[in-house]
Amino acid sequence: MQRILKYIDLPILIVFGFIFILWLAAVALDASFFSVGYLLQQLQTASFLGIIASGAMLVILLGHIDLSIPWVVTVGGMMATAAAGWWGDAGAVIALPFAMLCGLIFGIVNGLGVAYLRIPSMIFTLGVNAVAQGLMVLHTGGFAPQDHTTELMHWLAVKRSLWDIPNVLIVWLFVGAVIVFMLRRTPLGRYIYAVGNRESATYLSGVSTRGVLITCFALCSTLAALAGVLLAGYSTKAYQAMGDPYLLPAIAAVVLGGTNILGGRGKYLGTVGGVILITLLQSILSVMQMEEAYRQVIYGVVIIGMLLVYGRSAKVQS
Amino acid sequence: MRSLKLWAAANNAYFLGVGLCLLAFAVYFGLPPIGALLSAMMDGLNALFPADLPLFTYSPLPFTPNVLNTAAPKAVLLALVAMAQTLPVLTRGLDLSVGAIFVMTNCIASVVISGTPVDLAIGVLIVLFCGTLAGLLNGLVVVFGRLQPIIVTLATGAIYLGIALGIRPIPGGGVDKELSSFMTGLLWGQVPMVLVLLLFVVLFIWIPFRRSVIGRGCYATGSAEGAAFLSGVEIANSKLAAYALSGLFCAIAGLVQTFYTQSGEASPPSAGFYTLNSIAAVVIGGTSLFGGFGSAIGSIFGAFSLRTIVDWLFVFELPPLWQPLFNGIILLLAVCLGAARVFRVRNRLELFT
Amino acid sequence: MADGAAPFWRMKGVSKRYGGVRALDKVDFECAPGRIHAILGENGAGKSTLIKIIAGVVQPDEGQLEFLGQPASFKSPAEATKAGIVCVFQELSLMPDLTVADNICITDPPRKFGLIDYGAQSRRAEELLRRAGCTDVHPDELVKNLPLSRRQMVEIAKALGRKPKMLILDEATSALTATDVAKVYQTLKMLRQEGLSILYISHRMHEIAELADDCSVFRNGRHIETFPKGSKSDDQVVELMIGREYKHVFPPKPAPSARPCVLQIDKLSWNDRLHDISLSVNRGEIVGLGGLDGQGQRELLLALFGVLRGCNGTVAIDGKPQRIASPRHAKSADVGMALIPEDRKTEGLMLPMSVRDNISMAAISQLSKVLVVDRAAENARIAEMVQKLGIKIGSIDDPVATLSGGNQQKVVIGKWLMTDARIVLLNDPTRGIDVGTKQELYQLLRSLADAGTTILFYTTDYDELVGCCDRVAIMYDGRILRELAGAEINEHNIVASSLNLPVERNLQPGGAAA
Repeated sequence: MQRILKYIDLPILIVFGFIFILWLAAVALDASFFSVGYLLQQLQTASFLGIIASGAMLVILLGHIDLSIPWVVTVGGMMATAAAGWWGDAGAVIALPFAMLCGLIFGIVNGLGVAYLRIPSMIFTLGVNAVAQGLMVLHTGGFAPQDHTTELMHWLAVKRSLWDIPNVLIVWLFVGAVIVFMLRRTPLGRYIYAVGNRESATYLSGVSTRGVLITCFALCSTLAALAGVLLAGYSTKAYQAMGDPYLLPAIAAVVLGGTNILGGRGKYLGTVGGVILITLLQSILSVMQMEEAYRQVIYGVVIIGMLLVYGRSAKVQS
Repeated sequence: MRSLKLWAAANNAYFLGVGLCLLAFAVYFGLPPIGALLSAMMDGLNALFPADLPLFTYSPLPFTPNVLNTAAPKAVLLALVAMAQTLPVLTRGLDLSVGAIFVMTNCIASVVISGTPVDLAIGVLIVLFCGTLAGLLNGLVVVFGRLQPIIVTLATGAIYLGIALGIRPIPGGGVDKELSSFMTGLLWGQVPMVLVLLLFVVLFIWIPFRRSVIGRGCYATGSAEGAAFLSGVEIANSKLAAYALSGLFCAIAGLVQTFYTQSGEASPPSAGFYTLNSIAAVVIGGTSLFGGFGSAIGSIFGAFSLRTIVDWLFVFELPPLWQPLFNGIILLLAVCLGAARVFRVRNRLELFT
Repeated sequence: MADGAAPFWRMKGVSKRYGGVRALDKVDFECAPGRIHAILGENGAGKSTLIKIIAGVVQPDEGQLEFLGQPASFKSPAEATKAGIVCVFQELSLMPDLTVADNICITDPPRKFGLIDYGAQSRRAEELLRRAGCTDVHPDELVKNLPLSRRQMVEIAKALGRKPKMLILDEATSALTATDVAKVYQTLKMLRQEGLSILYISHRMHEIAELADDCSVFRNGRHIETFPKGSKSDDQVVELMIGREYKHVFPPKPAPSARPCVLQIDKLSWNDRLHDISLSVNRGEIVGLGGLDGQGQRELLLALFGVLRGCNGTVAIDGKPQRIASPRHAKSADVGMALIPEDRKTEGLMLPMSVRDNISMAAISQLSKVLVVDRAAENARIAEMVQKLGIKIGSIDDPVATLSGGNQQKVVIGKWLMTDARIVLLNDPTRGIDVGTKQELYQLLRSLADAGTTILFYTTDYDELVGCCDRVAIMYDGRILRELAGAEINEHNIVASSLNLPVERNLQPGGAAA
């Protein structure tokens, strides 16, 4: 118990505190929000962003950033729907793993560029994003669009089992559990924080920092592809630029959760909080039928406001 | 002479952007010797793979003022936004809101730039002021909030986009016809006016800033902020100036966009497009993402090469479906060229920043 | 000291804390113009905090400061500089991506129409470099292309350009060659003539002897005593610095005996920094690397550890040739090497992380069972290491940045001891460490050697080479010039070899040359 209490720090407290306040505001707006059903629905919506943000967090912990998330998500969705179309029944079975494999490949490419070529991750992943986009445009333009979302995808994304808990939420919980375990209980987890703090010292301690970099970028892209598959399952089709609305919210969620954008510091529970916060905020604003203009402004003001409380750097002294 | 050699060695990062730009132009306009070389190559390939309609074509555009004037706007817009991005990057920051400020100033311009010549002048000043103010706001939060620029500008970008949407929920508005036709036309029938504007901006805004103490302070801050502090450099002022000037450049781009489209449109995809491509242009142009080194002029070359290469597909009549992939590969390759230094490094500790 | 006239600089009752640590404790301090005033003290004595307060980098928690008879309170280095107090910091204040001229004139360049006049700036930079005694640096050169010694000269030229009334130098000559140092001394003496007050921090006794007029000793944040040069012996001064009777104690060395060779280096070359290095280091031996700064000692250690690319020659471990291509390979069981790096803050530790994370970093994979860290085993090993090395910490989960320099270095060493390395390379491990920790380190090295570890030890401190090492290899210009063994290892031979001069060889215990 004591270990759990030590795990919770100021950003996490503030994020969850704010989530509670938002929920009260939602209830004030419409009493039907005071229900487990509403909460579960919000969590279902949040799961997609949550899976993407999990991968993004790993890369940000390293002190890097992955701007290829938008089109890797699309790759995931499109490759899953395409597999069903290409390989019929067999395709339906391997659609999910196949899509994740595609994501993995993109992740490894990202990792190689950053770890071996030492190109700043921001610009390399930007280039990979453009290539991914090009490949997908070619794919959908050249062949007849495969709208075939499989039963499995649909079931995962939309359906519920086990006391009405959405399946996709269970996927997120599973991903989260694996990540928390990795970060806290394995050597790789230590290496990730170490590389984010100071790669030179980690290298000189005999750690394969390249391996760590490649692993994290690979995980990030694989998770992005997984999210794409689930999104396609949710909308029963994959479509162009389906991943675009998720990049900036994912980064925002990670940072709001207390992870330092420069790397080396951050807790997964914070990212979970950040994701729920953003999802809740967006859904309340849409219930209030607020115009897009105001929504954007409030979104930006909330992020800056919260960061001013706990995200400030030290004064430059030397 | 020693000075010249030192200057060349110190500035070799710009050669990629300039070289790529020249190559892009040469291919696009069929300038010799590249043009002749490519034509010969295409003929050769067609001979190898004969077909009813030639598979490989190369039709460069004529190097005339009108063609230039058609191609210039896209390039100049990205160049201006790339110049805007250069400034925060020099201070070892980043500005993810440049696209949003661009879109926002476009929308403001579509409201205020009409009426008498005095109204027009005031309208232009209002637009420029709004852009600069937006940039300055970014700077204030970064400096006094002590928050990381990437996340600050991610948030302020949303705010500025919101303001843009508030002003123009649907595309509309207008701009003085005479002014816009002047700005989108040719000067003396030869030179696209936008290129003149760009030159003007470089000569009278960028170069004086670069040579000023506060401008040099940006480089000092980006190179080693701690050392700059110990040396007595006014770090806060330099950062504020960098972000404010960045906003100004975005506003100029917003004005140019308004003159061309004659309307204001709050388009989030457009904002995202310009933001991300400005980063690419800045990197290709030779500016270091780690700060302390670079130039807005380099970013102009970076932007011009990106935009011109994208249009190669017309020159080579590539199937349009291949365009995005082609763009992506070019971008990735250009970015990888910067990795050459990795192979020259002998002490691996130098690889870590 | 300063009698009669208004005090030039005076501090009364100045204190400063950082968290729980008292960096300065009610310090009274004065200095006079036209004199060179040396500040002495161990690491952690408060010297650098004192300097930072005088130079306006930090503000004191309490106390009064007076400069030229006026109360002084500087909120930033810029303010201090305007008042005439200029500091040359130990961590240099140069911007690597800017030119020498830009750096020297960074805050107040010559201007034309409001913009920087680069021509005039270049000329002013040249003038100041000449005054600082440095004539081989071109003002348009980028600072990042200059070696450390040239950067220090540029730093001094920059300080001169600020027209200081008081000049503070914090270890400003550590990387300079003898001739450069002589030039700097000349400049300082000339400035003294002109009426400047100069505060000088250095660890090197002979520098103090040469330059200083007055000496002040600090210890544990307190000003202990100020006295004129020459009124105390070296030993007395050191005793003031450490507060107790001082004896440089090295553990006894074993008699030479035949030992198996563990590390055999054969014709190792790299770039143009290492040429044909051949050296063998035997089990249980401490071999020292000596020589002047920058002769390739650091590069040799990095090459052995797999950090340098493009090395020629062979390295054999226990007789088996190995191609060590990365620190990871060097750490592996085949090789079993460890490197205590030069700069613990950027190469040895992840400062924001906990002591636990840092000390386990190298051995964590060995402490894991199938991907999962074995917490119990880890805790046991860490406790063992903390106790063995005497590391003073609050809790293992405190950030390592809160530890003192000596304890931080112990964490770095502990990290490597946890891997049970059989070859330990040390890159100037006692730099910036207090005397107490140094003694502990010497004992530790000898006990490791006695237990069978092979040690290759680079240090810039001649006393350590003499006191700790069984053999010493002097490097000069990337080569091993000479190996000294047994009684040949003395300060005279080390210095002579470093300068490429002949030595007295084969001394028998009685002193008779063979």
